[in-house]
Amino acid sequence: MSDIALSTGRVHGANRTGQLVVAGMIAITAVILLFPDALSALAKYPDGLVVPFKDWVGAFMAWLKANFTWLTRSLAAAIDVPLRFAFSLLAKGFKFGNGETAWTLPRLSWLGVTAVMVWLGFNFGGLRLAVLCGLGFLALVFFNVWDNSMLTLALIAICVPFCIVTGLFLGIWGHLSPRANRWFIAPSLDLMQTMPTFAYLIPMLLLFGASPVSALLATGLFATPPMVRATILGLNKVPQEIKDFADMAGCTKSQKLWRVLVPSAKPSLMIGVNQVIMLALNMVIISSMIGAGGLGYDVLLALRALKIGQAMEAGLAIVIMAVVLDRLSQAMAHKRPEAVIAAGFWGRHSNTVLAIGMLLGSTVLSIAFPAMNKLPDSLTFTTAPYWKAGVDWITINFFDTIETMRVFVLLNFLNPLRASFEALPWFGILLVLTAVGWRLGGWGLALVIAVLTGFCATTGLWVPAMQTLYLCGVSALVASALGIPIGLWCSRSDRVSAIVTPIIDTLQTIPSFCFIIPVVMLFRVGDVTAMIATVAFSIVPAVRYTNHGIRQVPHQLIEAGIVSGCTKWQLFRRVQLPVAMPEIMLGINQTILLSLSMIIICAMVGTRDLGQEVFKALSKADAGRGIVAGLVIAFIGIIADRLITAWVNRMRERRGTA
Amino acid sequence: MNTKMPDAEIQRPVKLSCRNLWKVFGANAAEFMRAHGGEATTAELDEASLVGAVRNTTLEIREGEIFIVMGLSGSGKSTLVRCLSRLIEPTTGELTFNGKDLLKASEAELIDIRRHKMGMVFQHFALLPHLTVLENVAFPLSIQGIGKAEREARAHKMIDLVSLNGREHHFPSELSGGQQQRVGIARSLAVEPEIWFLDEPFSALDPLIRREMQTELMRLQSVLKKTVVFITHDFDEAIRLADRIAIMKDGEIIQIGTPEDLVSNPATDYVAEFTADVNRAKVLSARTLMGAPTNKSNGLEKVAAKAKIASFAAAIVDSSKPFAVIGDDGEVMGEISPGTVIDLLSGKERGAGR
Repeated sequence: MSDIALSTGRVHGANRTGQLVVAGMIAITAVILLFPDALSALAKYPDGLVVPFKDWVGAFMAWLKANFTWLTRSLAAAIDVPLRFAFSLLAKGFKFGNGETAWTLPRLSWLGVTAVMVWLGFNFGGLRLAVLCGLGFLALVFFNVWDNSMLTLALIAICVPFCIVTGLFLGIWGHLSPRANRWFIAPSLDLMQTMPTFAYLIPMLLLFGASPVSALLATGLFATPPMVRATILGLNKVPQEIKDFADMAGCTKSQKLWRVLVPSAKPSLMIGVNQVIMLALNMVIISSMIGAGGLGYDVLLALRALKIGQAMEAGLAIVIMAVVLDRLSQAMAHKRPEAVIAAGFWGRHSNTVLAIGMLLGSTVLSIAFPAMNKLPDSLTFTTAPYWKAGVDWITINFFDTIETMRVFVLLNFLNPLRASFEALPWFGILLVLTAVGWRLGGWGLALVIAVLTGFCATTGLWVPAMQTLYLCGVSALVASALGIPIGLWCSRSDRVSAIVTPIIDTLQTIPSFCFIIPVVMLFRVGDVTAMIATVAFSIVPAVRYTNHGIRQVPHQLIEAGIVSGCTKWQLFRRVQLPVAMPEIMLGINQTILLSLSMIIICAMVGTRDLGQEVFKALSKADAGRGIVAGLVIAFIGIIADRLITAWVNRMRERRGTA
Repeated sequence: MNTKMPDAEIQRPVKLSCRNLWKVFGANAAEFMRAHGGEATTAELDEASLVGAVRNTTLEIREGEIFIVMGLSGSGKSTLVRCLSRLIEPTTGELTFNGKDLLKASEAELIDIRRHKMGMVFQHFALLPHLTVLENVAFPLSIQGIGKAEREARAHKMIDLVSLNGREHHFPSELSGGQQQRVGIARSLAVEPEIWFLDEPFSALDPLIRREMQTELMRLQSVLKKTVVFITHDFDEAIRLADRIAIMKDGEIIQIGTPEDLVSNPATDYVAEFTADVNRAKVLSARTLMGAPTNKSNGLEKVAAKAKIASFAAAIVDSSKPFAVIGDDGEVMGEISPGTVIDLLSGKERGAGR
């Protein structure tokens, strides 16, 4: 007993010291704010002290480019081969010869591809999924976006297997060597997943030029991390008994890995595969900026020309593709194994043979019937005019209302907030964040936070960083303020949950790029648009984690509450909410990270912050500037993530639920 | 330590044995043990913040016997069996299998021994989720490179043995717990091992199923006559199945003996506490309770020395006359009176036995 009393006493003491330290740092910040002239070097980072990271990075990239052209060229050539094949197979057809003697082997018929999708859907998810796949792909055909859809699909088809294999091997390495995981793999993954998507494009653009190859490489880099994580997690989660069994059965090391561990981890691995596919789609769309082509390019062109109808239509095509690929890969992940009893080639491979037959058959037929190769334009239709008409109608009838709302929010809410964030003194914030880090996670965390925050200041990007923080913070706050109540509502009513879950599932599958389109139609460019698009994109985890957190409160605890005579409100307020708090905090953490990634993409709609910095660097192919700004963004994400995670861990530790 | 055994057991050769085996967890445990000459007290271990999961264990497991390691959770029984199979490297001590030093076996030799001579059944079954029952049972054969036809034939035989016919093409997730453990048993027997480790095989099952599986195990053992090392935390299970039981507490073996030894001569109060609620009539045999033979013994009704009291209790009480106790050779060894049996059944003997 006395031990417990002593240790809680110590915790309380440490708490008080911690609070005092943080309060002290806030006081120092206030002092700096009060005397901006006397302490100007602490408020505004002195220009003379800016460390020229961007020049260094720029020089390094230039050196890479100058000295490794042979490598980049041969790499590009090697990747180009399968990529060109996939493009020809799905979209362009194989051309042979020149001039008079040229002839073309047709691409795969849309009918065959759609039939295979239906067949896959039926095999993995039954009738419903078959209908979804069929209708989705037919929509692509009839909306006349088939060519570009297939270009996008070809990029994904080449990229995803590469990501999966690379991710699997890195994950296995991380599993076998916890030290490599801790010191190298995990930090790299953190950085890669918080780096904004644009920042990936710049070095690729510089080294490989604007081409599908550089788009493919950027996509590969961006989409691999979740596979690595899923592999490490899945392998580490394999029960010790199964590992013991492998040893007792006399497995060699490679038999143990490939015949026991990897198959046992398959459910986790398949979740990784699903994430890889979705991220690859997301990135392929964004990579249209460096020449990926496909659906993303349509959106980009239409957005630049403010052709609302076309942008919306291409955006919808992306959403269709995303939903189909997501549901199909999830169905594959959840498919329980089936015993193959039938012997012989046909018994084992009937499905594969059938699929190839459908593809070849329809493609051969398409030579005789060109409509099976490309649907005649007379049969396709476009929804673009309707979208435009709809938006026009809204603009004509509600322009004043929307505009008033926009200006009101901007003037009374966003602009003042932006100004106060811009005025935050770098030194004060550095002290406060470090103190908070020390309080939540000890000296190690404090050091990490200090270094990362220090980097943001010493690059001379403090003001844009604060602008990003402001927009990201506001968006995350609004998303949480909306998302948590929705999540709570879902947790208390199965009917609401049944309605909300499919909506957030779909929101989650939609590539970030597509969120901008409808918002920009109504609110034009600027901070308000960025905020609304970001809220829509980042609300999902707030809803999902809250719902899940409340629902997973152990039933015994609720019964204990009821038996003690809690009212419904007391039960919620005193039992469910506190127990679910760590989970809800993790949801907020995810919301912040998603906000950050979306805010950067919103540079396209004219925000003024780090995103704009990266965006400009991209258009000038200025690698140093873009990468350094990208790093600052990544560090903001990592700081937020580390602090919240440490907080959640502390909360759990104190409750003994760690 | 009491290691008294029925005479017949002593003749059987030793299959697996360990001497002064230690498993100490913590930083630099091996150096610590070397520095202390392979012995350490609890206080010394505590001081070095090490944990002695298995301490100074010496035991011999003989061919064909069911040897049970019984202990509560945290007593080190699972660590011990993992040391015996070298799933965990012991810190110090000797480990001998078939007369050969198992600790000196190379990686390749160990793989070979495990492929052909050892089988193990796990508490939570440890079945491979992606394989069918048939493929799971055939798995150990498959990694040896045995062809599909042969390994499936052998797997089918094992599946017959554990009465799972008709479920060959089911996946583990489609089976009940008891059925899953039958698969685990079939799989561990597929390589026809010489020594069979069972790590709390029935602990995860419902009481009724557990009993059924115990009966099943006894049936299998009567056919197969394997050397069995069986781990359990359930003393009743141990009494029911064991030829000999080792009782573990805090990493040490407190007593090794037949169920009868433990019940009639518990070495410590800790052991006595386990045996307190055991149905003695089912454990104790005529030999243990008999008195010296008298000249009238030859005319009495006869009962075998090995016979459990429960098997003739009704007869002796009905006849209300003493029975003669006869050894394996047919000689009269002693005499047992109805009074002794009644005392035992009514619980009076309990005090006398201690």
